[in-house]
Amino acid sequence: MSSIIEIRNVSKNYGGVVANKAISLDVEQGTITGLIGPNGSGKTTLFNSIVGYHPIDSGSICFEDREISHIQVQDIARLGLIRTFQQTRIYKAMNCVENMLISLPHRKMRFLEAFSRNSATDFENADRLLEFVGLYEKRFLMAGSLSFGQQKLLEFAMALMNEPKTLLLDEPTAGINPTLINGLIDRLLRANREFGITLFVIEHNMRVIMNLAQKIYCLAHGELLAQGTPGDIQNDQRVIDAYLGAH
Amino acid sequence: MNSGKFILYTVVVLFTLLAPFIMPDFKTQLATLWLMIIVALTWDMTGGQMGYNSLGNIFFYGTGMYVAAVICIALTHDVGAYTNAFSDQVYVFSNAEYFTGVMIGILGAGVFCSVCALIIGYLTFGLRGPYFAIGTLGVAIAAGELVSNWDWVGGGQGISLPVFPYDLELGKIFFYVLFAATGVLLFIFLRWLYTTRFGAAINAIRDDEEKAEAMGIHTLRYKLTTWSIAAFFIGVVGGISAFQLIHFEPLETAYQTINLGIFMVVCVLLGGKGTLWGPVIGAIVFHLFKEVTWNYLLGWQWVALGALIVITVVYFRDGIMGWLMSVRPEWFGIRVEKKSGEAMGEAGT
Ligand SMILES: Nc1ncnc2c1ncn2[C@@H]1O[C@H](COP(=O)(O)OP(=O)(O)OP(=O)(O)O)[C@@H](O)[C@H]1O
Ligand SMILES: [Mg+2]
Repeated sequence: MSSIIEIRNVSKNYGGVVANKAISLDVEQGTITGLIGPNGSGKTTLFNSIVGYHPIDSGSICFEDREISHIQVQDIARLGLIRTFQQTRIYKAMNCVENMLISLPHRKMRFLEAFSRNSATDFENADRLLEFVGLYEKRFLMAGSLSFGQQKLLEFAMALMNEPKTLLLDEPTAGINPTLINGLIDRLLRANREFGITLFVIEHNMRVIMNLAQKIYCLAHGELLAQGTPGDIQNDQRVIDAYLGAH
Repeated sequence: MNSGKFILYTVVVLFTLLAPFIMPDFKTQLATLWLMIIVALTWDMTGGQMGYNSLGNIFFYGTGMYVAAVICIALTHDVGAYTNAFSDQVYVFSNAEYFTGVMIGILGAGVFCSVCALIIGYLTFGLRGPYFAIGTLGVAIAAGELVSNWDWVGGGQGISLPVFPYDLELGKIFFYVLFAATGVLLFIFLRWLYTTRFGAAINAIRDDEEKAEAMGIHTLRYKLTTWSIAAFFIGVVGGISAFQLIHFEPLETAYQTINLGIFMVVCVLLGGKGTLWGPVIGAIVFHLFKEVTWNYLLGWQWVALGALIVITVVYFRDGIMGWLMSVRPEWFGIRVEKKSGEAMGEAGT
């Protein structure tokens, strides 16, 4: 197996705050990789660095063996590397179907194709994916009127609509009704297996990430603290200490 | 198209065709009404549909005037000599020269302005919110000043163009037709454009540009294209205005930032931002209001206009169309979807 994302010695400071310090990690093609760590440990910062949301201070980030640390957000997205936001970003004044149709993969579209209407297949795909995340019944509702958890699901569906190669999910289960979390784990696994999308997932819920990921990285205070299989991580004293605040 | 819409469009088309004959004394006002509709529709392309509030669209109107005039003159005469205020030479245009000049001038104005929009847009689309508004306003003000100091195009005196070569009333109909045809074409074009993926993409830029970027939409490309199409149509009506007015000057007529430059924004706010019909309705209401107050409230007309703006901004944020949508959502097909969605939602959860 080969790495689809390769991060080497990436550092990022916000003024005086060291958000990421010399982080190196790999996301293997076709797998689900987890990223955990206490609040403020630099997980979202690392995602932002990967997708080009801000410039990094030093280090190298490769996607499919190509250096992307100096490329702009939109261009990285068009390589097939898509992220969702921790604070959930959807187009609130549009209904779910419209949100889905806007998320069509523009990297697969020539500019002139924008001057046409969405095809029947596009509508079918939108409906199918809304069904997949369990929002089919709500598809004509304004996205802004959905609950936070439903908006998370919609954002996930929109990302799938974009047909990414790799999807970075920032806390996909935050705000989701606990009774629905098992269903969501199942959908994430299916997105990985059936659609062949590599997933890199930030998650606070330990039960979720242990059931999901093949490999987990743990950050603390901006540094890589531990890495390994869910079993390794679960028994790693440093990780337990970090989460208990005894670090 | 349902029967209600069919009747609506039929009435609009009949009115457009017959208005100058039903109201022969108002041909020029009707032509100006179309001008207002066009500048409002084009302003809404970026301001309403894409979320970029330009205060500088008047730049394209003024530039359109100058480009059309210069092209028309240059086809048969020397521009510098023609615009020389101290010369008493009389310049003659044959009928063929006049109409060729008008047509090529108008189209050239549109093309030139859309290229300008690409350049100015490339430089200013990095600005967001009020910075974009003020940045574009700056471009329009600076252009007015530059042009009024440029002798080759007549300096502060402006340019006088040849007069319509036939009967004056026929001339009024000629200009009405030019404005109305441009307006109808623009309306049909936008009615189609807003149903395409392109329309959805610019709406996405308006609602959350960062998200649109994160999803890989070529935001700059969409923004430039939208503004450049808008600028084409504004340039065209600027060109038509130049020939209709015969004489125009740089600051009061061409780059009239505080008149037409602001009126187009008021029309859109009044009618409803981000809707197809809003700018049209807003322009009609605004134009009627302006004609009435300018004729019957002389001395107070600017106060009345100011009051209208304040009332719109404070009480009708979403304009006439936005208000209609909230009280009669079924007219816009919103209720049907919402109702079924809600019912299912209740059953589902
Ligand atoms: N835009 C910013 N400007 C300044 N400091 C920031 C900014 N974004 C994050 N930080 C700081 O960087 C550090 C890492 O933040 P980050 O959001 O990456 O943490 P996180 O691991 O995602 O936390 P959480 O689990 O709460 O989402 C924190 O100390 C945070 O305060
Ligand atoms: Mg975070």
